[in-house]
Amino acid sequence: MSVEKRVLFRSWWLPWALVAPQLAIVCVFFFWPAGQALFQSVLREDAFGTSSEFVGLENFKILFADETYVASFRTTAVFSVLVAAIGLSVSLLLAVMADRVVRGATAYKTLMIWPYAVAPAIAGVLWLFMFAPSIGVVSYALRSAGMDWNHLLNGNHAMTLIVLAAVWKQIAYNFLFFLAGLQSIPKSLVEAAAIDGAGPWRRFWTVQFPLLTPTTFFLLVINIIYVFIDTFAIVDAATSGGPGKDTAILVYKVYHDGFKAMDLGGSAAQSVVLMGILIALTVVQFRYVERRVHY
Amino acid sequence: MVENRPVATALSHLVLVLGVLIVAFPVYITFVASTQTAEQIVQNVPMSLLPGDNFLNSYRFALFGGVTEFGTRVPPAAPMLMVSLVSALTIALGKIAISLLSAFAVVYFRFPGRSLVFWMIFITLMLPVEVRILPTYKVVSDLGLLNTYAGLTVPLIASATATFLFRQFFLTIPDELVEAARIDGAGPMKFFKDVLLPLSATSIAALFVIQFIYGWNQYLWPLLMTTDENMYPVVMGIKRMISGGDAATEWNAVMATAMLAMIPPALVVLLMQKWFVKGLVDSEK
Repeated sequence: MSVEKRVLFRSWWLPWALVAPQLAIVCVFFFWPAGQALFQSVLREDAFGTSSEFVGLENFKILFADETYVASFRTTAVFSVLVAAIGLSVSLLLAVMADRVVRGATAYKTLMIWPYAVAPAIAGVLWLFMFAPSIGVVSYALRSAGMDWNHLLNGNHAMTLIVLAAVWKQIAYNFLFFLAGLQSIPKSLVEAAAIDGAGPWRRFWTVQFPLLTPTTFFLLVINIIYVFIDTFAIVDAATSGGPGKDTAILVYKVYHDGFKAMDLGGSAAQSVVLMGILIALTVVQFRYVERRVHY
Repeated sequence: MVENRPVATALSHLVLVLGVLIVAFPVYITFVASTQTAEQIVQNVPMSLLPGDNFLNSYRFALFGGVTEFGTRVPPAAPMLMVSLVSALTIALGKIAISLLSAFAVVYFRFPGRSLVFWMIFITLMLPVEVRILPTYKVVSDLGLLNTYAGLTVPLIASATATFLFRQFFLTIPDELVEAARIDGAGPMKFFKDVLLPLSATSIAALFVIQFIYGWNQYLWPLLMTTDENMYPVVMGIKRMISGGDAATEWNAVMATAMLAMIPPALVVLLMQKWFVKGLVDSEK
């Protein structure tokens, strides 16, 4: 596939007219605010917002000296590792099973993909309802089993709750990509291994899983980006960052500090840090996409 | 199937059935709760796992709102569903429209600044609205767009993903088609309308599914953008219904609203499954 067309149209104004709507939106709602975030992150406003002074990297220094921010980093790290590890293992297991069975594979696929359509905020509400300490069915079952579940008081319980909701929401996506990856592995490779006497377990680890590495790596990055961005709604709906700040992930803190605590400089500095992380993740993802073609 | 292992196959089915059931369980609970009364849910712990007989009342209450005998006000979900529908459609169709045009310009024309335009669009891919909420909020508020459909949708319309998908697709279209169109005397816009658009139908359908769900499921942006109850999308409205604590919440109405909020995007995914899977896989290339 060529990257350039040989045959083109000629016009000096038409291409500009065609890109104008997108460029206008991008400039007004993207470059202007992103620039302002950069600009505000080096300013400090007084309490009335009437004057602001240039403080250099002061906001960033304050930020990283702030224990709650460092804690929020740790929370986000734990959250993303758990969601990625559990989500990917469960979806891989299900995808391998769905790839094995001949009968009903399409039906399983249909039954597995619809949670993709559920909004993260609704996923949060659904899981909150099942685990609500006083009325939830799962918290009741846990209490009967001798475990005193209360995510309003126990930070680990709250983290478990948002991890479960986030994994549940993301299984459909991971499953689809793993299944597509498994189905693109040539059957002859698996058959050759079988003829050589390798059982299903061994075939999976020596043939299929290595060939799935690109898919796994791609999904790993996507899942981390998902945790950084989309899980805001899950956290806000299920725990509101609580108890205390035990589930206040980075995006939640940007929102909380900017809109509830009105710390504009600090929130802008946090935005800039988040932008840096996301750009790094996207670059990693694209470098890998370049290589993916060769496997 | 490489070899016949009945036990392993049975085990696979077992794992899959368990997986499907666990995935479906939260939604089943939601449905069951939506068919009971608020008292049944709060007073019988655990609540019954079989559907109750309050289906019609719960949904009527959720859709049209009202005040309970304890004085809790439940806002009507019908207008919220309407707001969600309008915004989701605007976001999906708007993205598709502006992305088709700019991809057409980038692929079929050479103009000074073309690569600058390309990179300006490309970089937006990296930074979704969530990481720059405060300054974007300020821009929208300065423009006087709070509590409007424009404020809810336009900032979310700029999409690098859609532009790239169309660009990739246009690059696969044979040059002979352009040559033929030019020999027949067709200008660029006629070529766009009569050749490119019909060829892009599948890609458009695929993107529509993904972007409709993206628009419908927005949460953080409407949370900032709207203070007027008439402009709440349903996904955000639900969260506001549960902020009173377990006892004060009309769980049956909340769960009925949750069902209503899940049905449209789920239908879009299931009815357009083929395009959805294609769109999902293609847009990540």
